[in-house]
Amino acid sequence: MKKIEAIIKPDKLDEVKDGLAHLGIKGMTVTEVKGFGRQRGHKEVYRGAEYQVDFIPKVKIEVVLDSELVPQAIGLIQEKARTGQIGDGKIFVMSVETVVRIRTGEMGKGAI
Amino acid sequence: MNTGDTAFILFSSALVMLMTPGLALFYGGMARNKNILGTLMQSFIMLGIITVEWVLWGYSMAFGPDHAGIIGGLEWLGLRGVGMGPSAVYAPTIPHMAFMAFQCMFAIITPALISGAFAERMKFSAFVLFTLLWATLVYNPLAHWVWGAGGWLGRMGALDFAGGTVVHISSGISALAAALIIGRRRGYGTEAFIPHNLPMTVTGAGLLWFGWFGFNAGSALACNGLAANAFVVTHIASATAALSWITIEWLHRGRPTTLGAASGAVAGLVAITPGSGFVGPLAALIIGALVSVVCYCGILLKSKLGYDDSLDVVGIHGLGGTWGALATGLFASRLINPNGANGLFFGNPGQLWTQFLAVAVTWIFAFVMTSIILKVVDLVVGLRVTDEEEERGLDISQHNETGYSF
Repeated sequence: MKKIEAIIKPDKLDEVKDGLAHLGIKGMTVTEVKGFGRQRGHKEVYRGAEYQVDFIPKVKIEVVLDSELVPQAIGLIQEKARTGQIGDGKIFVMSVETVVRIRTGEMGKGAI
Repeated sequence: MNTGDTAFILFSSALVMLMTPGLALFYGGMARNKNILGTLMQSFIMLGIITVEWVLWGYSMAFGPDHAGIIGGLEWLGLRGVGMGPSAVYAPTIPHMAFMAFQCMFAIITPALISGAFAERMKFSAFVLFTLLWATLVYNPLAHWVWGAGGWLGRMGALDFAGGTVVHISSGISALAAALIIGRRRGYGTEAFIPHNLPMTVTGAGLLWFGWFGFNAGSALACNGLAANAFVVTHIASATAALSWITIEWLHRGRPTTLGAASGAVAGLVAITPGSGFVGPLAALIIGALVSVVCYCGILLKSKLGYDDSLDVVGIHGLGGTWGALATGLFASRLINPNGANGLFFGNPGQLWTQFLAVAVTWIFAFVMTSIILKVVDLVVGLRVTDEEEERGLDISQHNETGYSF
C-alpha cells in the first residue's frame, strides 16, 4: 500500500479529484497549504510600504492506494494538474504500513 | 426652540455615535487577526467609558461656566442644570441636553482615535486608565479653550468648526507621544504586518464618511444653509482626497489600492473638519486634493523616522488636521459664515497666523500632557503587554476570546 501526497495548484483540484475517481480512487484528504518551490511570490503594498509575500496558496491531496494503481495515479495527476508554468507542484509517494477502517476494524488492502 | 433644529442635532448625534463603531471596524481590519477583538474593543468601549465620564464631570469641565478662559467649572457635575430647555449660551434653538449629547459623541471618538497608534500591544487596564486621564486632562480643557464660552483660543479668534484641533490634531499628536513612549511592536521592521481584513476596513471607512455628515453638518447646531454647506464641503473633500490618494499611489507604487482609497477618504474628512463651516466647495476640492499629499508623505516619513504609529493616527489625523486647520486660515470666508472670519485668500492674512497659534498650542499641550499621563499610567499599571501576550495576541491575552473560530 502506498500514499501519494500531491501539491497542486488550487484551481486544479476538481479535475484531479474527478480523474482519480475514474481510476476507482474514491477517497482522499485535501488540505489548503502555502508553499513555494521555484515559483516566486508576489509584492503587496499597504499605505506605501511594500511587502514581499513568498508563500503561495496550494492544495495538498493525500491518497492511500493499492501499490498497483500508483503509476496510473501519478500519470493522471500529472495530466490533470499540469499547466506548463512554474508552480505546477510535485507528487511524493511513500509506503504505508497499516490501514484500518475505524467503523469495522478491517485492516489491510480491504480497508483502503 | 426649533423642532427642525432639535431633530437635526439629535439625528446628527446618532450619526457621530456611529463613527465610533465605524472607527473600530476601520482600525480592526488593519490589525492582525489575533488582535481583532482587542482593537475593536479599544474603540467600542469608549462608548461606555467616555459617556459616563462626560455625564459626571466631562461636559461641565469642557462647556461649563468659564474660569479664566482655561476650564469650565463643576457647576454642571452630573449634568446638573443641563435640562430640556435651551442653554443660555450654546445653541439657543435646541434643548441643552441635545447639545450636550452631540458634544458627548465627539468626546467619545477622540480618545478612540489615539488607540491606532499603540494597536496590538497595550494592556487593556492601562488603556482604560489612560483614556480616563486623557479625556479629563487633555480633551476637556482643549474643548473648553476652543468651543467653551469664554475659552481663550476661541476668544483669540481661532476657527475650528467641528474639531480639527480639538479632535484630530489632539489625538494625532497624542498618538505620536504614545508611539514613542510605548515603543514599537515586536517584529517591527522584520515581520510583515499585513492588514488581515481590508473589507472590514473599507466598511469602517464608509461608516465614518456617513457619520461625518453629522460631525460636520451637525456642528452648525441648526438645520440651515450653513449645515448644508458643511455637508457639501465634507463630501467634496473626502471624494477628492480619496481620488488624490490613489493617484499618488498609482504613480508611486504602480497600483491604486483599496486601503489607499479608504485612507484618502478619511484624510479628506479630517482635513475639512475645522473649515467645514467656513469654506466653500472649490476650497474643499483643493483641501481634499492636497491632504493626501501631506498625509502620504507623512506616512513615508514615518518609515524613515522609525516610530511605530501602527495605524497612522499621526499621519492622517495629526497631519491631516494640521493641514485642515491651516487651510481654514487660507480659505475661510465671511460670505459663507458671517460669524467666522476671512482667511488669507479673502484678504485677511492674520487668520492664518491665528490658526497656526492654535495648532501649535494644541501640538504642545497634547504632546506634553499625553507624555506625562503615559508615564504615570506606566508606573501604576504598566503600559505594555508582556512579550508572550503580544505574541499570542490581545484577544486571548486581554480578553480570553478568539475573534474568528472557523
